[in-house]
Amino acid sequence: MEDSRVVPVTLTVNGKAIAREVEPRTLLVHFLRDDAGLTGTHVGCDTSQCGVCTVLLNGEAVKSCTVLAVQADGADVLTIEGMEEEILHPVQQGFWEKHGLQCGFCTPGAMLTASYLLSTHPHPSEQEIRESLDGLLCRCTGYETIVRSVQRAQEIMDERRESADRETRAI
Amino acid sequence: MYTAPFDYRRAHDTQEVVTWLQEDPDNTKIIAGGHSLLPLMKLRLASVARLVDISQVAELQGIREDMGGLRIGAFTRHAQLAKDPAVREAAPLLASAAAVIGDMQVRNRGTIGGSLCHADPAADLPAALLALNAELVIAGPGTERRESLDAFFLAPFITTLAADEVLTAIVVPRMVPGAKSTYLKRPHPASGYPVIGVAAWVSVSGGRVEDCRIALTGIGPVPFRAARSEQVLTGRAFSREAIAEAAREAAGSGTLEDDEDGYKSQLCQVYVSRALGDIAQGAG
Repeated sequence: MEDSRVVPVTLTVNGKAIAREVEPRTLLVHFLRDDAGLTGTHVGCDTSQCGVCTVLLNGEAVKSCTVLAVQADGADVLTIEGMEEEILHPVQQGFWEKHGLQCGFCTPGAMLTASYLLSTHPHPSEQEIRESLDGLLCRCTGYETIVRSVQRAQEIMDERRESADRETRAI
Repeated sequence: MYTAPFDYRRAHDTQEVVTWLQEDPDNTKIIAGGHSLLPLMKLRLASVARLVDISQVAELQGIREDMGGLRIGAFTRHAQLAKDPAVREAAPLLASAAAVIGDMQVRNRGTIGGSLCHADPAADLPAALLALNAELVIAGPGTERRESLDAFFLAPFITTLAADEVLTAIVVPRMVPGAKSTYLKRPHPASGYPVIGVAAWVSVSGGRVEDCRIALTGIGPVPFRAARSEQVLTGRAFSREAIAEAAREAAGSGTLEDDEDGYKSQLCQVYVSRALGDIAQGAG
């Protein structure tokens, strides 16, 4: 819109600084998809219900369709594209092994929701996993395998921690 | 989905917020977590010429001890309320209500001040804060006033907050030592909003109810205290009979709309009874 002023916004997305001039009404999800070119973050309901657009904003799971890019100015954002480092993130590995997806549309949001849960509750009960997924709608209704995937991700995290400890002790 | 275009300003202190509100009170809106306002703006149900972002106003943040109670900055997010050690210790009822708002992602963004000022009749926090006898600290042009939450809600989405005022803090008295509390909600299966939410605390001494407070949300056009239920309980033995009698008085304590079939009155009775029962059994 020509009549609307643009404002400068700088975000660190997956470790990389991205500076743009955007209209204030630009949503974080649009900034990520259209300005940063990261289309792994999906737009589902666009009404803050489905959680498919979940990303980590300064380490916290948020629905990026309900955050303005200007509100996130200066923040660190992690999207699905930034999860993998050298090897698959434990959550990605868990979803891979336990088939935690059907059509895959909600999967980016599901994985970031799960990684947030495991960062705040390293050993969640099944009930806690289910409660944490309250903000995620899988329209294939594939929740059982998503829950199993999160449980598997937690095991993988423990396994990797243990093997890192062993290596440290070996040195 | 895009909102209509608007001007965006980021405030750095409360005075700045008030000044910008004063310039054009009818077309300026404060944005805190944005989890009520942005969905409305996206659906074009709300149109705003200028948004004032209060996320960088340090005065509106943080939770601190205040005259034996808590002073909670208006820009405190639900997730913070739910896990804050001081809140859990001094006002566990508030922490337990905050823990069941919306979903995890919503709790990471939504704020206590935003929830109160938006005044959605189906918000969770008003019940807990009414039961806790909370007081609001409100800044306006050149003034600061205090108002009991009891008087704040006028109608759905309408409060006593003037267009050039900003809620700065919520003062929550410390709960009576030994009091037991609970927040019991029947979430709507689709939206998660309470069809009814009951916040209650009871302090029992020598087998009798020394003091109690019960408040309901979601069920009426505004949240309300079940004052009649409180009267029934106070001074009585905390027995099954007293709970049943108190629960019957809950619906009559407030205003229910569209209750011709008695469904809402029934919900009030059942949920007040269950909430008090949970407290009596120590499950609260």
